[in-house]
Amino acid sequence: MDELDLDSAMLSRMLTSLTLGFHIIFATLGVGVPLLISLAEFIGIKRNDPYYTLLARRWTRGFVVTVAVGVVTGTAIGLQLSLLWPNFMQLAGQVISLPLFLETFAFFFEAIFLGIYLYTWDRFKKPIYHWIISIPVIIGSTLSAVFISTVNAFMNAPQGFTMVGGVLTDIEPLVAMFNPATPTKVGHVVMSAYLTSAMVLAAITAFSMLKGKRSIYYKKALKLTMTAGFIFAIGTAVIGDFSGKFLAEYQPEKLAAAEWHFETTENADLVVGGFLDRETEEVKYGLVLPNFLSILAHGNPNSEVMGLDQVPEDEIPPLFIHYLFDGMVGIGMFLAALTFFYMIALRLKRFNVENKWLLRLIVLAGPLSVLAIEFGWIFSEVGRQPWILWDILRTGHAATTSDSVGLMFILFLLLYIVLGTLCVTVLRKMFKSNPAENELEEIARTK
Amino acid sequence: MDIQLVGITVLWVFLYGYLITASIDFGAGFFAYYGELTGREHIINKIISRYLSPVWEVTNVFFVFFFVGLVGFFPDTAYYYGTALLVPGSIAIILIAIRGSFYAFGNYGAKKSRVYTFLYGVTGLLIPASLSTALTLSEGGFIEEVNGEVVFLAGELFSSFYSWSVVLLAIVSVLFISAAFLTYYASRANDEPALELLRKYALFWSAPTILSSILVFVALQQHNPTHFERTLDYAWFFIASLLSFLIATYLIFNKKRYGTAFLFVMLQFFFAFFGYGISHLPWILYDYITIYSGYTNETTGVYLVIAFIAGLCLLVPSLILLMRLFLFDAEYVKGNKSQ
Repeated sequence: MDELDLDSAMLSRMLTSLTLGFHIIFATLGVGVPLLISLAEFIGIKRNDPYYTLLARRWTRGFVVTVAVGVVTGTAIGLQLSLLWPNFMQLAGQVISLPLFLETFAFFFEAIFLGIYLYTWDRFKKPIYHWIISIPVIIGSTLSAVFISTVNAFMNAPQGFTMVGGVLTDIEPLVAMFNPATPTKVGHVVMSAYLTSAMVLAAITAFSMLKGKRSIYYKKALKLTMTAGFIFAIGTAVIGDFSGKFLAEYQPEKLAAAEWHFETTENADLVVGGFLDRETEEVKYGLVLPNFLSILAHGNPNSEVMGLDQVPEDEIPPLFIHYLFDGMVGIGMFLAALTFFYMIALRLKRFNVENKWLLRLIVLAGPLSVLAIEFGWIFSEVGRQPWILWDILRTGHAATTSDSVGLMFILFLLLYIVLGTLCVTVLRKMFKSNPAENELEEIARTK
Repeated sequence: MDIQLVGITVLWVFLYGYLITASIDFGAGFFAYYGELTGREHIINKIISRYLSPVWEVTNVFFVFFFVGLVGFFPDTAYYYGTALLVPGSIAIILIAIRGSFYAFGNYGAKKSRVYTFLYGVTGLLIPASLSTALTLSEGGFIEEVNGEVVFLAGELFSSFYSWSVVLLAIVSVLFISAAFLTYYASRANDEPALELLRKYALFWSAPTILSSILVFVALQQHNPTHFERTLDYAWFFIASLLSFLIATYLIFNKKRYGTAFLFVMLQFFFAFFGYGISHLPWILYDYITIYSGYTNETTGVYLVIAFIAGLCLLVPSLILLMRLFLFDAEYVKGNKSQ
């Protein structure tokens, strides 16, 4: 396996994965949490319910800390693109710099209004004016996710240029931006960010409830986050299905590798989990769902699905992505089932939605949803190998030639360990030293 | 005007925006730390934190905007600077990351910590020092392309008189710009003790900015005589800069119109920065990339300019709103309106 060679290209991949893997947690929350804050504030104003307003305020306080880490790690990945992949940026930058540029605008817009939102809670006569400020924050954060996802979509389905002898001509930036991968990529990234944010907030709430905090404040928080989570889970599942069909059409080798589908066949079966015997290309102990791969790929059980037999040996992505794909889909289904069950239970008078086991599952759903985001990104990136720009530029040819990447990897690893640890410590301290109960008492007094 | 010139002007404007806003931020970090060391934190730290809290993220975006735009307009810069700057660039990223997140941990978190303030203060000086070396590199002589491979001559950089003169200028300017702004902010807040202290800082750092500027000129003459000759063609920029400096210092010294004084500080750096930029043209990296050779294709260039104009229409009103709420709202500045 040449992939274990620690040359500068491999080290560049490791450092990029490290930064992205860390950044994506905060970026995901940065896209989704403003929407939930805005929802809570809006409900609070409409129903004149101080509990929801308090919810919005407390979420915001925690959010600022995660945003800060998101901003600085986003700056890091922005610069690392040029530092680690200079050849890629020099080439692809000619075509795809437009959405990268637009992303900074969206981010700029978000940063301005987030600053305003944070410090104007009591500055307007009508609370609804403050709520209005949350709209540009949501637009800015979601749009920056949209723009940056189009860049990643372009890496998977490059178009909008002609390549003649290493030189790009006939460049059309908008065609490049709106490539075939864009709709599913953008939809999936944004929707799963909303879902993950809802689940993380639900998990925090459920955690507090398990610790014996059962006031109405927590019940309302759980209801809001789980209801939102249910809607986003359905959305994520639907878009995820479209993503599968996109792969079948445009990146069939990625789908084939993810599904360990070796021979091109009709009525293709889907294998969940299992172990692969690389010699015989047989899967052991996997759960076989007949015809399901054909349905996933083309929506028709009889359709033909391309197998890895059609792919040149040196263009087959690493096959471990099978587990990442299954992990991501499995967690997605778990989240959909869990939120669905909660919605049903909410309507059943006999069932206690604050059941200990249900709460425990919700606590588990928080970290699992973050894990699904990680699986999804690693699957998407590793599944594109050996290409950095699909079918155009190989990853190994795009990396820096510098000898210092390994040392930088260690430095950044240390940085992220420190930032991650401090972020968690600061958040815990922040909410411990000022528990919701204190502020709830105040609400009760003024009522 | 060529589209290449439009592109570089746009980027230069944003870099100027970063220079001003980041200097205020960096310097404030240092003053906050210095204030704590000398037991005067109660005098100035409130003023500093009231201004910085809502805007630090915006400052950061100016920088991101600049480098994303640079690589967009001039993709060759990614190749040359990207390859050469892996180590110094990574160190700058780490410093920026520490600074930004520790600011948030300290300020929004439960409790202030001495370590946070220390790091916040020290990075405030280290970041401008490390970022300014990118400008030094652009003068040529520190990046070489040998047999198709880009090499960064770190030894040359560290032993260069020019390089150190730029670092000195960067640090001194940060402190002067920041002190001049905070003096104005304190006067808006009617905070007499803070005003008195910050005014002293501003005056203390005023003369060094001019002296270190002269030093940079001297060093440039040795390092890149061609560029130095060209600065003489644009001498009026530098004379205007000097005049602005004199007016600003005069006003601050005589305790008059701190707002106007800060405006002149901004002009001082505007003229110097643009005079430097214009005389540097057409080179982006001396001897390797010009704004014409490194330019992206025409189509992308036009789209980027359109995107820029559209974005500006969105950003300018938003920035004005931000400034009205936190800079020009006397009640907020005085601390009567908080969260």
